[in-house]
Amino acid sequence: MIDQKIKNRIEEKIASKDNLLNIYFTAGFPGIEDTRKVITNLVNSGVDMIEIGLPYSDPIADGEVIQKSSTQALRNGMNTSLLFQQLEGVRDEVDVPFIIMGYFNAMLQYGIEEFCQKCNSIGIDGIIMPDLPIETYENEYKTIFEKYQLNFICLITPQTSTERIKKIDSVSSGFIYAVSSASTTGKTDGFGSEQINYFKRIQSMNLKNKCMVGFGIKDQQSFSQVCQYAKGGIIGSAFIKFLEENGVDRTDEFVKNIRFE
Amino acid sequence: MIKDGYYGEFGGAYIPEMLYPPVEELRLNYEKILASKSFQNEFQELLKSYVGRPTPLYFAKNLSKKIGCKIYLKREDLCHTGAHKINNTVGQILIAKHLGKNRIIAETGAGQHGVATATACALMGMECLVYMGEKDIKRQAPNVSRMKMLGAKVVPATSGSKTLKDATNEAIRDWINNPESTHYIIGSVVGPHPYPDLVAQLQSVISKEVKKQLKELEGRDYPDYLVACVGGGSNAAGLYYDYLEDERTKIIAVEAAGKGILTSESAATTQLGNVGIIHGSKTLLMQNKDGQITEPYSISAGLDYPGIGPMHAHLFTSQRAEFISIDDHEAMQAGLALSKTEGIIPAIETSHAFAIFKHKDFQPEDVLVFNLSGRGDKDLATYIDYFKLEE
Repeated sequence: MIDQKIKNRIEEKIASKDNLLNIYFTAGFPGIEDTRKVITNLVNSGVDMIEIGLPYSDPIADGEVIQKSSTQALRNGMNTSLLFQQLEGVRDEVDVPFIIMGYFNAMLQYGIEEFCQKCNSIGIDGIIMPDLPIETYENEYKTIFEKYQLNFICLITPQTSTERIKKIDSVSSGFIYAVSSASTTGKTDGFGSEQINYFKRIQSMNLKNKCMVGFGIKDQQSFSQVCQYAKGGIIGSAFIKFLEENGVDRTDEFVKNIRFE
Repeated sequence: MIKDGYYGEFGGAYIPEMLYPPVEELRLNYEKILASKSFQNEFQELLKSYVGRPTPLYFAKNLSKKIGCKIYLKREDLCHTGAHKINNTVGQILIAKHLGKNRIIAETGAGQHGVATATACALMGMECLVYMGEKDIKRQAPNVSRMKMLGAKVVPATSGSKTLKDATNEAIRDWINNPESTHYIIGSVVGPHPYPDLVAQLQSVISKEVKKQLKELEGRDYPDYLVACVGGGSNAAGLYYDYLEDERTKIIAVEAAGKGILTSESAATTQLGNVGIIHGSKTLLMQNKDGQITEPYSISAGLDYPGIGPMHAHLFTSQRAEFISIDDHEAMQAGLALSKTEGIIPAIETSHAFAIFKHKDFQPEDVLVFNLSGRGDKDLATYIDYFKLEE
């Protein structure tokens, strides 16, 4: 059964407000039973979108912090079926857009169509698979994603050519995930003029999709900085570090310290 | 055999967008560079005067008599640094130069590819970082020292299982962080397109020489069988390359069964793996039902990779090659036997190939060419320990 939801929660959120805060966390981290707790706490502290990380053994686009959390989550026993099980019924409680971030091999082994179908039935709105290239997505999987009303959210970097950004914009949906600099997650420190120019360049391209900036956002200053040029920001490693140090119950503090309005 | 980056259903470039610019730069340029006169002149000269090519094709008289067929050994163990790996690193460092890169990164398991990369970098005066699993650094201390002596920086990979696959992840991450200055020298026919093709082409010098040498020795330029061990599969790809379309030659690929394919400690990818994505390539790999990559095991550090190159995955599923898996014990015995029969101590990786005779029969007139991909000096400690040779 396909959940024929009328609205797309990501697109609706993007149309309704600015300075969107999207937070990533690794499912099954720090404890296997923490997935739902983290979601509830994030929703209660008012985040705008949640990116749920499906942990992977070899996450090449991620840095040390997220890989460590993934390794721990896998040791805790997290896997694709269990994550879907844990997310059953989450839509009865919350309306925040959910994005699953994972690696293509996990999806491939589960079955592409089965994976998409499951996401749809749970109420997932979009998918980020950094190692599924746009060409392969377009030729082989786009129709399946669309059938199950899932946004396919793509990354771009300062090195991505204008032509390729346009291509990515035309094929992907939801928003464009602008990686702030050439790096893996959790690596960068503050934004310089080079990055600001890159944000401005994307802004001036009038893309179909709005842009959210990720990688290197860790506090109010960096978050407010990207919000000047983009629809919002995505935080991952800084939040994982916070969970590591403070556990799941003080999420509210973390979010408060990021918000600036 | 390769079309649009795929060997049949295997290959492609499943990489994050951050890697697209440097991989695309390589894809757009590698064939042009490989075909250019300036590259070929320099490459051929280095292969000859620095690597020591052509390597001999040696008729193994004693072994042939013992087994009862005609066995030739392609002596890649006589290359500079002791294995075929240097064919690839010398070629890729020239490509890096053509692309204007000044910094080289590499991954290594046993350290052979790391040493070959550090060697090429020393020769060309390039900065060199080699990523190596923390566990492997401890297991392969002599090669770590060699790399350091050659001026390379050895960076421990401390993530995941701390072995070859993690060293590869770390090298990929380094490249993501330094896409403009850096060229990544992958050591095998693995990784995103164009690497499997690039490395296979650079290693194809092996099969080109075999053709010429066999013609002189046997009066025909093709053997009945080619035999090579396969971890990622670079020495095998090099040996098979010019014979892939020649159905007169049968291809045998030998994988490491470790402690046996029924145990959880093995590296026999075609027996234990299925289709998935590893290090940017769609290929056969060892994984659990959720697609998490499994840590392989073999007594030979060069064969314990959880995948195989996409070309080999295609050779397996299309049945162009026959895959045989050899366990630790069989390989070690075969290594000892070759040492005593021919006076050649092979690398343990290579030893696996020489253990096929119990699994396969040959006719007296059959001509077999084995790739003797590396010498066994680096493995002496393992051989000594295994056979208690010091007593």
